[in-house]
Amino acid sequence: MSWTRMQMAERLVQEFQDGWVVNLGVGMPTMIADVPMGDRDIIFHAENGVIGYGAVCAPGTEDLNLVNAGGQNVVLNPGASIVHHADSFALIRGGRMDVTVMGAYEVSANGDFANWKLKGAKGGGIGGAMDLAACAQRVFIMLEHRTRDGASRLLPRCSLPITAAGVVTLVVTDLGLFAPMGEGFALRDLAPGVTLEEVRAATACPIIA
Amino acid sequence: MARNKTFPDFDTAVADIPDGAVIAIGGFAGPGTPYNLIAALARHGAKRLTCIANTTGGAHKPRMPDIGMLVENGQVAKVICAFTAATRASDVIPFTKYYEAGEVEAEIVPQGTLAERLRAAGAGIPAFYTPTAVGTELAEGRETREINGRRYLLEYALPVDYAFIRAARADAAGNLRFHRSQRNFNPLMAMAAKTTIVEVEEDILPPGAIDADDVHTPGLVVHRLIRVPPPPLGLWTRKREAAR
Repeated sequence: MSWTRMQMAERLVQEFQDGWVVNLGVGMPTMIADVPMGDRDIIFHAENGVIGYGAVCAPGTEDLNLVNAGGQNVVLNPGASIVHHADSFALIRGGRMDVTVMGAYEVSANGDFANWKLKGAKGGGIGGAMDLAACAQRVFIMLEHRTRDGASRLLPRCSLPITAAGVVTLVVTDLGLFAPMGEGFALRDLAPGVTLEEVRAATACPIIA
Repeated sequence: MARNKTFPDFDTAVADIPDGAVIAIGGFAGPGTPYNLIAALARHGAKRLTCIANTTGGAHKPRMPDIGMLVENGQVAKVICAFTAATRASDVIPFTKYYEAGEVEAEIVPQGTLAERLRAAGAGIPAFYTPTAVGTELAEGRETREINGRRYLLEYALPVDYAFIRAARADAAGNLRFHRSQRNFNPLMAMAAKTTIVEVEEDILPPGAIDADDVHTPGLVVHRLIRVPPPPLGLWTRKREAAR
């Protein structure tokens, strides 16, 4: 028993506050734009300068010149605006993002995370991740708790080259919701049917419950 | 009367590009990518180029003209990009093979730093400090400075010889408008370049047809305009699917 990716997205969305500007990264975080926000007014920002976008377009209704950070054709919500890349990242560096939600390979108890380069690779993919990680008010990470080989992605320290140091606020995995606390992760919520013992067995550093 | 900047075709517009030129190529995930100019540069054959763009392309189908094709063509010495591998680690882009074989050099730059380095070049600012990439391997051995209690990394402006960009609308004086997320890097690259070449999606309008208040990029930094012909002659932005 654990959370599906959509349930992970829904759990993170519970943390969003009314009026937040939310930047969504590529991959799993794009699902967040499909989660109902209730009566909260949330503005989605995409790094390519789209402010106030919404759901992915139904087939046949796309504007091919309008994409989110993941290259998906999306709709504009009423009140949307578009700026160029330098202004988009000025908004990011200027601290206007209440939160950025990103995928990652690893996250560590000291608040570092790694999502741009694999071990032994010559090339990598940074995109906007380093700017967002360094400058957003909060950094939420979505990732599977373990690799396909069963190794913990929650670590005392990252083994891969990091994207930013000491910035992670919250981590949602298929097993629960966590906050990095320096030497371990504080458990904030458990996925249904998952026990504390299972989480501890799946994690390579202390879980503070 | 403003000078008419319209060129008859893409090949004529890129004909003077010398070997060794620094070329910035606009676009983000499709919108605003100057596919027709990239294809013309491949036909032209200029070599030892430095190409600046968000990505080298090639992670999606249908494959459109991209920097990876110029690399495959043996035309590129160096790329400066926010991605030197695919966005998803499990995807393989054509560029990677050449990069790993040492046939092309690459400088990976965080996307916001890339945008700001172009902006700085266009704005006459030689360098700036940014908090981005501090504490990562990108900052190793480079100049950082503490300002008001926070650590920043020094980044230099990125001047450009030629910018290739794509706009929705232009007048003959070179004033441009972009549609939706087509804007992305394009205005910055135009500002940073000595020569800006634009492929335009609509018929090029007489000067004055775009109201001065509605101009996104001023004709002052735009030098050559080419109307994109309807398909199949011209290349248009397509809906993308993952290549795998």
